[in-house]
Amino acid sequence: MKTTGKVTGIVSNLVTIEVDGPVAQNELCYIDLMGIKLMAEVIKVNASQASVQVYESTRGLKVGQNVEFEGKMLEVSLGPGLLSSNYDGLQNNLATMQEVFLQRGEYTPALNSDKKWDFTPIAKSGDSVIAADWLGEVKEGWLPHKIMVPFSFKETYTVKQIAPAGQYTINDTIATLISNKGEEVTVTMQQKWPIKIAVPGFKEKPRPYRIMETGVRAIDTFNPMAEGGTGFIPGPFGCGKTVIQHAIAKQAEADVIIMAACGERANEVVEIFKDFPELIDARTGRKLIERTTIICNTSNMPVAAREASVYTAMTIGEYYRAMGLKVLLLADSTSRWAQALREMSNRMEELPGADAFPVDLSSIISNFYSRAGIVVLNNGQTGSVTFIGTVSPAGGNLKEPVTESTKKCARCFYALSQNRADSKRYPAIDPIDSYSKYLEYPEMEEFFNQKMNKGWVERVLTARNIVQRGKEAYDQINILGDDGVPMEYHLRYWKSELVDFILLQQDAFDSIDCQTPLNRQEYMLNLILDICKKDFHFEKFEKCVAFFKNLINILRQMNFSEFRSAQFEQYKQQLINTVENVL
Amino acid sequence: MSSNVYQRIYTKLEAITKATVTLRATGVSNEELARVHGRLAQVVKIRKDLITLQVFAGTEGIPTNAQVEFFGEPPALNVGEMLSGRFLNAYGNPIDGGPEVEGERRYIGGPSVNPFKRKQPSELIPTGIAGIDLNNTLVSGQKIPFFADPDQPYNQVMADVALRADVDKIILGGMGLSNDDYLYFRQKFEEAGALDKIICFINTTEQPPVERLLIPDMALTAAEYFAIDKNQKVLVLLTDMTLYADALCIVSNRMDQIPSKDSMPGSLYSDLAKIYEKAVQLPDGGSITIIAVTTLNDGDITHAIPDNTGYITEGQLYLRKDTDTGKIIVDPFRSLSRLKQLVINKKTREDHSQVMNTGVRLFADAANAKTKLENGFDLSDYDLRCLDYAKDYSTQLLAIDVNITIEEMLDTGWRLFRKYFKPEELGIKQFYIDKYWNR
Repeated sequence: MKTTGKVTGIVSNLVTIEVDGPVAQNELCYIDLMGIKLMAEVIKVNASQASVQVYESTRGLKVGQNVEFEGKMLEVSLGPGLLSSNYDGLQNNLATMQEVFLQRGEYTPALNSDKKWDFTPIAKSGDSVIAADWLGEVKEGWLPHKIMVPFSFKETYTVKQIAPAGQYTINDTIATLISNKGEEVTVTMQQKWPIKIAVPGFKEKPRPYRIMETGVRAIDTFNPMAEGGTGFIPGPFGCGKTVIQHAIAKQAEADVIIMAACGERANEVVEIFKDFPELIDARTGRKLIERTTIICNTSNMPVAAREASVYTAMTIGEYYRAMGLKVLLLADSTSRWAQALREMSNRMEELPGADAFPVDLSSIISNFYSRAGIVVLNNGQTGSVTFIGTVSPAGGNLKEPVTESTKKCARCFYALSQNRADSKRYPAIDPIDSYSKYLEYPEMEEFFNQKMNKGWVERVLTARNIVQRGKEAYDQINILGDDGVPMEYHLRYWKSELVDFILLQQDAFDSIDCQTPLNRQEYMLNLILDICKKDFHFEKFEKCVAFFKNLINILRQMNFSEFRSAQFEQYKQQLINTVENVL
Repeated sequence: MSSNVYQRIYTKLEAITKATVTLRATGVSNEELARVHGRLAQVVKIRKDLITLQVFAGTEGIPTNAQVEFFGEPPALNVGEMLSGRFLNAYGNPIDGGPEVEGERRYIGGPSVNPFKRKQPSELIPTGIAGIDLNNTLVSGQKIPFFADPDQPYNQVMADVALRADVDKIILGGMGLSNDDYLYFRQKFEEAGALDKIICFINTTEQPPVERLLIPDMALTAAEYFAIDKNQKVLVLLTDMTLYADALCIVSNRMDQIPSKDSMPGSLYSDLAKIYEKAVQLPDGGSITIIAVTTLNDGDITHAIPDNTGYITEGQLYLRKDTDTGKIIVDPFRSLSRLKQLVINKKTREDHSQVMNTGVRLFADAANAKTKLENGFDLSDYDLRCLDYAKDYSTQLLAIDVNITIEEMLDTGWRLFRKYFKPEELGIKQFYIDKYWNR
């Protein structure tokens, strides 16, 4: 028997319901508005009064209307067909909706139940399996999509029967299992999982120990993102947050990309819809869209579904992680998610925390970030979810609750600076404020030592130090004037400009410069550090300026040339000659 | 707004605040309209049989035995060709002495367009103002505000832009418009002989502030009718969105909501986004473009209203007075149209981006030269030429009284470059120098 209830109160999308039976926190219900079913989630229970947040507009709702509780939390469907799909925050397929306008109560299935997939079994009858173990595989585009024992299965099972290789829909039975209690259960290619609960089914979650390449020098070299790591990008509007996110999405060394457009501009999402099907993924030669899922809940779509959208994205990410894949999850922007929490907390008349955000904002954010990570699966293979969120701080001021709460849990901080954006130094990642905690991990240092020449981390820190000292020198030059400081200051400043222009700045719109592989990044870093180590002497500061401007020009041409091409080597020779000349 | 046949009438109020009244009633639906003591009101809160109504015109003089009638439906607008050329108030009733608007009844503030059904904006909207067309090109389906101090002539610029833009309909949503500005718009539209394509929804400062909350939804419901049903290109002007946000603030305050930054309601971002995101390019050719005004407090863009707006809109335009020439110009440094790269060089001449960037860079060099001059440093020959260039650039291109085609703007740009500089000082690709330098 389902619990039912009747509406007793309405404020915007917060509705109170008198219930006639048991209800659970976060349980899903449908409110019947004269035939239109409005989906809602329980967020508070007080005696027989349940408060629910409605995922749609509540216009026209009346006291006394009927409500039916579902006995389960908000779930997503997991199975082949998630990739290349465009969903809203509740996993409705936007592409299969008929109307121009989003209609209330129109819910479209996430997965196509008619499509047949080529299934190949992995498990054999007689095998002993537990939740998340692989039973078989289908090809989703070019990715091996594992069909698993559903995450919700709690026992140990014996495979009784497994379907032979062939074509099946997501609802066909592909395996029959017998639990250790003797119960027989069937498995299809589709399973459901509640989004607010982290997907289980792995052996352990080690510390991240290897880098996830993005091709962006300011990230890979200076503030590396780990596979299974977490990071965030705060910045005022107009600093290029979206350009960086898109660059990472296009270039990162990931098998699956999940983009959660959470409360942002619809036209930006349209750009993803238009670009991704055309963009070619450099590493596989396939279309980028084939390994991408887009969760799109733009700023004008219902607020409660915006809150759900990041969880929907994370759950899909965790699902692919359980297949031993590298997943990159990008959320733009987590501030809009936090604002959705604020709006609900406000309507529930909870006592507010800082800036009227709920007091548990910090724990909600850190709990969400903790779902990312690299995991060792039951079969010993690894899979990962790397999460990068953007934050849109009010007034560009980083001393606000969302930025501060995120800083406590994200391990990488990519601060976008208004000053750098204004002077067109892109990407505007601030070299001094930004950091990656992963540089301090001994596991990571070990990884770098194997992948590159020894002492990489030390060299990166040296380069950072050059930038820092250059900035100090620049401040002095500004106060005392060009002639008022010793030549040493000019040298220090210009060496930092060399690092800035050649390593930190990168042209996202140049076909070669936009993506730098790690070995090329190492080559360039070594080259620059060698120059910076040299003892230069100039009579006048103008000479020093001219010399370094020339070096920067030559090095930039190198950045624009194919790595180790004749042209590249020619510029390098020119560089060596120029340096030799002044020594 | 006419009332329905089945009216339920109540005569006992339980509570009255400055903006809301509360009474016991049954069968009331959320967001439905009512008339309280002759004034329009909307249901904002229901708790069992206790109904709270927001009274748009304020509650001054409303007694506890006031008569309350419920209409059984949310605010609506009659849409149809009859809207063209009309001046209406916040409720969609005529203020021009004309007849009631007849047509299909549509509820305002309806659902949003499925993002998957949108098309990427790609059509240029020429305005004749070089500060916009050359440096910050507008695109149909875009949403962009003027960030301006209250003393700047933003309403005049907006009226000019609207009349010059090649669109099928211009819809003005005036919120807290001074009566003088209302008459200015009216006269300007009449003089231009453009009345047949204009629709105005007006709330002036003489009318109650809470009424303003209806204006954007009214204007955009009319816009959606023409853009979606009629496949027309619609330009919506919203002035002044700061006063709209102030009205939101008043209501949330009266309803005892906890304020967030700058005493604005916590939902400000969603409230503004719901309006701005109505801007859309549809696959069938119809489009809604929104140009708004957000007045600033002494240029402060960190205030919650401009800050939230900046995160929603696709760029912003700044007006400022250029003291060297006495002209009001579109500030080339702080203004930004995020969608301009969708049309520049694609819908305009191939040298557009080069002329744009070089023009602005030289203007920046002039600003640096000016700082040098003020600090008592010697100016180089280049600095002096930059300063002269800046005066011409400001009067002939940036000033808001310029009205020329984009082709002419580009030619003017080249003429100024040629007058003051050598080709090698410009850093323009040689290909374009060869082609345009001697034209």
